[in-house]
Amino acid sequence: MKTASITMIIGSALLLGLFLFPLWSITLEAPQYPSGIGMYINLDGLEGHEKHDIQNIDGLNHYIGMRKLPKQDEMWEFSVFPKVIGGMAILGILIGLLGLFKKVSYKWFLGWLVLMTVLGVMGIFDFNAWMTDYGTHLDPKAIMKMTDADGNPLSYKPPLFGSRDILNFTAHSYPAIGAILMGIGMFLTFIAYIIGLKKTN
Amino acid sequence: MKTIQKLLLGLGAGLLLIGCGNNSKSDSGAMASSNAEKVYIAPGEHDEFYAFMSGGYSGNLTVYGLPSGRMFKEIPVFSQFPTNGYGYSEETKAMLNTSYGFVPWGDSHHPDISQTNGKLDGRWIFINENNTPRIARISLETFETEEIIEIPNSAGNHASSYVTENTEYVVAGTRFAVPNPQKDMPIDEMKGEFKGPLTFIKVDPEHGHMEIDFQINMPGFNYDLSHPGRDKSHGWFFFTSYNTEEAHSMLEVNASQNDKDFIAAVNWMKIKEYVENGGGTEVAGTYAHNIYDESTMMATTEMKEGVTSVDPRDVPGAVYYMPVPKSPHGIDVNPTGEYIIGNGKLSTQLSVYSFAKIEEAIKNKDFDGDAYGIPILKFESVLEGVVDSGGLGPLHTEFDGKGYGYTSFFISSEVVKWEVGTWKVVDRQPSFYSVGHLTIPGGNSREPFGKYMFSMNKITKDRYLPTGPELEHSAQLYDISGDKMQLLLDFPTHGEPHYAAAIPADLIKSKSKKYYDLEENNHKYAAKNESEGRVERKGNEVHIYTTTVRSHFSPDNIEGVKVGDKVYFHVTNLEQDFDVPHGFAMIGANTSEILVMPGQTKTIIWEPKREGVWPFYCTDFCSALHQEMQGYVRVSAKNSDTKLRWSLDDEWKE
Ligand SMILES: [Cu+2]
Repeated sequence: MKTASITMIIGSALLLGLFLFPLWSITLEAPQYPSGIGMYINLDGLEGHEKHDIQNIDGLNHYIGMRKLPKQDEMWEFSVFPKVIGGMAILGILIGLLGLFKKVSYKWFLGWLVLMTVLGVMGIFDFNAWMTDYGTHLDPKAIMKMTDADGNPLSYKPPLFGSRDILNFTAHSYPAIGAILMGIGMFLTFIAYIIGLKKTN
Repeated sequence: MKTIQKLLLGLGAGLLLIGCGNNSKSDSGAMASSNAEKVYIAPGEHDEFYAFMSGGYSGNLTVYGLPSGRMFKEIPVFSQFPTNGYGYSEETKAMLNTSYGFVPWGDSHHPDISQTNGKLDGRWIFINENNTPRIARISLETFETEEIIEIPNSAGNHASSYVTENTEYVVAGTRFAVPNPQKDMPIDEMKGEFKGPLTFIKVDPEHGHMEIDFQINMPGFNYDLSHPGRDKSHGWFFFTSYNTEEAHSMLEVNASQNDKDFIAAVNWMKIKEYVENGGGTEVAGTYAHNIYDESTMMATTEMKEGVTSVDPRDVPGAVYYMPVPKSPHGIDVNPTGEYIIGNGKLSTQLSVYSFAKIEEAIKNKDFDGDAYGIPILKFESVLEGVVDSGGLGPLHTEFDGKGYGYTSFFISSEVVKWEVGTWKVVDRQPSFYSVGHLTIPGGNSREPFGKYMFSMNKITKDRYLPTGPELEHSAQLYDISGDKMQLLLDFPTHGEPHYAAAIPADLIKSKSKKYYDLEENNHKYAAKNESEGRVERKGNEVHIYTTTVRSHFSPDNIEGVKVGDKVYFHVTNLEQDFDVPHGFAMIGANTSEILVMPGQTKTIIWEPKREGVWPFYCTDFCSALHQEMQGYVRVSAKNSDTKLRWSLDDEWKE
């Protein structure tokens, strides 16, 4: 149980990496941006890859009528996400410690993982919904009104994961270090459960 | 006679060689293409070197890439520049102030890049103005002129603007001897009365700010060119002089009488100490000192009075003359600092002096009399060797750091390569035509980058498509990495590429500024976001604070301006993206248009003369909607009561 508990503690503690590193990265590429332009999605707000990228993305997006990117206080997610992640990390560490002192069984590890996965899926849904709204909810006075082959307004939603061509840009959307650490952490908590399971049997 | 025959033969051979090259083009196609490949920079790729060429009579400095020969930019220095409003905008007008008033034009000559420990450091480039003696300092981060200092008591600032090996000093020398102080006197009584002050300007090691430290009041010869000692000879500065005859008329004859003129060898360290210990006398001298502050984006002029003048005779051991054959022009020091090359422009030979011999001769007091009390070192005692070039009209020498010198020959139109130490000529190549200076990147430092050399030629003639009687000058790029110089490229330059300084691109490009940070914009009249856009009236002055972003001005409609008002447009570019300037032009403005870099504020004045509604617009194609980037100013009669108000998208404010 000792190895399993320590793995659980390390795994859930890796969530704290999200307070240091960004969750997601969206990069826009075009010939006139040779080094790309893009933003990181942090737990508590958006940040440009370079100092003024957010302002410059807003500047480009205004042609097609997209809103300005939200500031920290303009989205409830940016205040709730840090609490959820912080809470889950503390909860995970606590469960691990209790496991170490044999107060709880390894099954709690799985319980934590299931809860974390549910929250994660909800987070992804929320993120996707926001991006859909941001990419399709356009100013009716937009300077450029582009339509698809069927005459419907074009969606400028960046991909949830992967790359997509949007007008003259190619948008790349991939997890950043924070999300990768979180993924490794969650995987470790699963390992913790497996170790616990094997030791008990 | 013999020389001329040789020369003709040489020329003939040269022509033959060129002829052969052309004839055998078909079967030496591979060779020809290898030259093309050597200068080819594929689309999107960068050149290996920056070359900064003076614009001569354009008064500016142009930036080229090597080996491609592509021109990237013209940096305005001593001349008004319509392209970006330099010298027209309220911020930059002061840069062209002098003690003679506003001088909107200059004659720029010798750029030199700042050094640390004798190596190019890529921080600043200095360049002199010949006509109204001045020296400018240009930042190699912004590629903008940041400072211009005038040189008092001087005329024809040609022996300038070379820097010492830690950029302790940048120098100025007077090419034309003049009364010092200036006074009303008969010209034909100049002999012994005129002077040739050499000016040493201290450079602040942190900000680069210049300050005149002292002037050495030399006898009235014409001080032509200069070069600092390096390494071994660090602490010394060498100046060529001509017209030691002190003729005042028909100089082409009367100043070509003496068989030998002088090189002045100046131990500036000694004079610096002398001045630091209170030596020298304060003499008159009015000069303007103009500084552009990047933070306030404003240039200011300070008029200064008085300089410390040093009589060279008062500092024993500090100044000597060295004889040099007939009317020398260039003077150059090799990278080790041991050899000083004097080029008598009316002789065929180069005179090479040894620094060790100079020191020895000084110690032994090996003098050949004196000139106005300044000891003349015995020619034979200081001469190390002679490069018997066979060419005519040697002007300038640069070094490749591999033990070779390259000298330009104006009259015989060629570049001659010779070996340091043996003084033997090892190669010669024709230039097209009449080469003045030549440059090797870092050739002025302890550490030259001897891969390329380029010559700057005064006559272009048949090299390119004709453009009427007036042609741009030209430069020729040679590959000097092998034993023989190889002409790679021929390209036109802007103005007169009098001299150039070149530096590996890596020492500059990563530090090059891409935009100005709005947060660091401390311009008095900046509007840092659209909500700060406004109009204020103070008497008959109207100040319009306007902002620009792709693709509108804010405000873009202004009312309440009256005929006879003095309207200041303070334009702040809110962009924070590389290479997104906005322009501003107002119909009927008598100043100029301006170009405002991202994050910058610039001011232009307009004095409306007629009633009406007058448009302004962005002059730089900034975006797809650049054409829509425009606005209107309503101008009412002088005593009308039209309310002062402004708007964007019909939201009026007042
Ligand atoms: Cu514009």
